[in-house]
Amino acid sequence: MPDTILVIVEQRENKLNRVSWETITAGQAITAATGWTLEAAVVGASASSIAAEVAAKKVAKVYAVESPKLEPYTPDAFAEALKQLLAAKQPKLVLMPHTYQVRDFVPKLATAMGRTVISDCIGFKHENGKLVFTRQMFQGKLAADVSFTSDAPWFATFQNGAFRGDKAEAGASAAPVETVNVEIADGVVRNKPQEVFKEAKQAVDLTQAEIIVSVGRGIKEQKNIEIAKQLADALGGDLAASRPICDSGWLPMDRQIGSSGQTVAPKLYLALGISGAIQHIVGMKGSRTIIAVNKDSEAPIFEIADYAIVGNLFDIVPPLIEEVKKAKAGS
Amino acid sequence: MKILVCMKQVPQKDAPLKLNESAAWIREDVSYEVNEPDAYALEEALRQKEKHTGEVVVITSGPARSQQVLREALAKGADRAIHLEDNAFVGLDAFNTAKAFAAAIKDEKFDLIFTGLQSDDYGYAQTGVILAELLGWPHATIIMQIEKNDTGIRVKRELEAGFFQFVDMPLPAVLTIQSGINKLRYATLIGIKQAKNKPLRKVTLAEVQPAIGENLQKIERLYVPQKTKKTEHIEGSPSEIAKKLVDKLRNELRVI
Ligand SMILES: Cc1cc2nc3c(=O)[nH]c(=O)nc-3n(C[C@H](O)[C@H](O)[C@H](O)COP(=O)(O)OP(=O)(O)OC[C@H]3O[C@@H](n4cnc5c(N)ncnc54)[C@H](O)[C@@H]3O)c2cc1C
Ligand SMILES: Nc1ncnc2c1ncn2[C@@H]1O[C@H](COP(=O)(O)O)[C@@H](O)[C@H]1O
Repeated sequence: MPDTILVIVEQRENKLNRVSWETITAGQAITAATGWTLEAAVVGASASSIAAEVAAKKVAKVYAVESPKLEPYTPDAFAEALKQLLAAKQPKLVLMPHTYQVRDFVPKLATAMGRTVISDCIGFKHENGKLVFTRQMFQGKLAADVSFTSDAPWFATFQNGAFRGDKAEAGASAAPVETVNVEIADGVVRNKPQEVFKEAKQAVDLTQAEIIVSVGRGIKEQKNIEIAKQLADALGGDLAASRPICDSGWLPMDRQIGSSGQTVAPKLYLALGISGAIQHIVGMKGSRTIIAVNKDSEAPIFEIADYAIVGNLFDIVPPLIEEVKKAKAGS
Repeated sequence: MKILVCMKQVPQKDAPLKLNESAAWIREDVSYEVNEPDAYALEEALRQKEKHTGEVVVITSGPARSQQVLREALAKGADRAIHLEDNAFVGLDAFNTAKAFAAAIKDEKFDLIFTGLQSDDYGYAQTGVILAELLGWPHATIIMQIEKNDTGIRVKRELEAGFFQFVDMPLPAVLTIQSGINKLRYATLIGIKQAKNKPLRKVTLAEVQPAIGENLQKIERLYVPQKTKKTEHIEGSPSEIAKKLVDKLRNELRVI
């Protein structure tokens, strides 16, 4: 039997999390490189409708892993269910998207099996028969190629955006779906999750903003936010920030951009003193034009910037405010 | 409540990093600081102790330099510290780091263990969850609030895209703490003085060696990522840059 790759897709309230398609694409790419077989699994109280959706893609088989104990999500139930599935099916490589839910249970699952997870990968390489996974380190300043030195199953998770979900290939015909009923004994699940909720509606909606001036920790002190505000005002734009600025209370939480803040796509995103950590990037990479000012020429933000200004923001911003004002006055 | 806080020393955010000769790790002659979410984890532990009484113990694994994070934590109010001291700890994967911690605290009885939700250097986002599994304890990740109640604790988990969830769980438990859960305090002068007399237990590699094994994953090589996007650099004096940029904003991007 050839080795298999198992992609575990993510569902919430019976809807497939779209990022799962990216992991299917990743699985298909690794299949193409290695000749291994690709299978997928859905875990939930009723997983079969999503399993059917996934079965339309080019995969050999889809498992619908079901138990009433899997709803609502808990790390205990998910780890237990997957442990049983993996013991029965023996895949070589298990792939998942690096979501908040996956980070919550996959280290537990791997540890329970005496295995390891290469987490938050952005790609893979198949070199001389050896599979290595690329992941960011040091907040994206460096990348590392990482290999498994342990036995299968190998676990790897992929960062949001690492592969294109719309590139997931459809199958010639629907793949077979196998329902796997798992037994989760009483007492296994210890946490009692309550309803998921959203905090009271945000006062500031940046999703419609055309111009955003965003500040990061490079601004150094709360009082310096003022110059960013002046630039935003001169440009007729809105002020936003990276998470640490909001964590420190220098700007309210509803101005935070990123995976735990707002996702924006303005015409212009001007990043001042923001390093470009992935959790920030996911919230603004859809901006039409990105201009970054950072004193560190190697800052990861420059990898996605259209225009890069390497320098001290306190030198750059004041004359910029003046020039913008001049230009506006003249028009 | 007796709380253990795992605190890691990581290269300072602004530190320019260089690869070492092996090209599998960085040159260590950079400045270091405490991993950011770990500072919030310590603050939360201190607040819980202030509310419910108890003890706050901090632990780190790393070379001699990493004692600094323990000293700072003691100065802020932690009661004692444990230092797994050896250069070799830097190279452990998350599985082995957690195993080393589990071995070092085997004679202790904590109600809670806090870790940061991820480290700035490795960024595994795993050590806390692995430690929970090794200890056989429940865990919850990306925590923004902790409330003790009769049966255990109620925690607030941050989910993606602005969603949250409360989770009730029994003790003992491991929680991975998110930055921003509270407001950090500064060490006071008195605190810094008192820290000198607080107990700091050192644990050698040899003591925990029997508990740890070979790493299960290996960094083959470390490198500066290749740029994929065509970025145009705007250079010159600040006023030249300002002029060039405004020209682009006006005539190419047409936003002003
Ligand atoms: C689960 C999770 C969720 C997260 N959610 C978010 C989120 O939603 N949004 C978010 O932003 N982050 C989020 N983060 C945090 C994220 O990982 C980073 O820590 C954060 O984005 C870094 O913010 P920063 O770029 O402002 O600070 P830093 O990383 O400290 O960068 C500061 C930058 O400023 C530059 N600089 C310093 N001085 C100057 C100067 N004088 N002139 C010019 N440049 C200067 C430095 O070179 C550096 O690049 C999350 C993290 C996790 C783990
Ligand atoms: N060497 C270490 N010393 C102390 N704490 C650590 C160490 N490694 C990991 N941790 C803790 O585990 C958390 C998650 O780290 P990681 O799994 O590497 O992302 C960190 O925020 C720390 O709280």
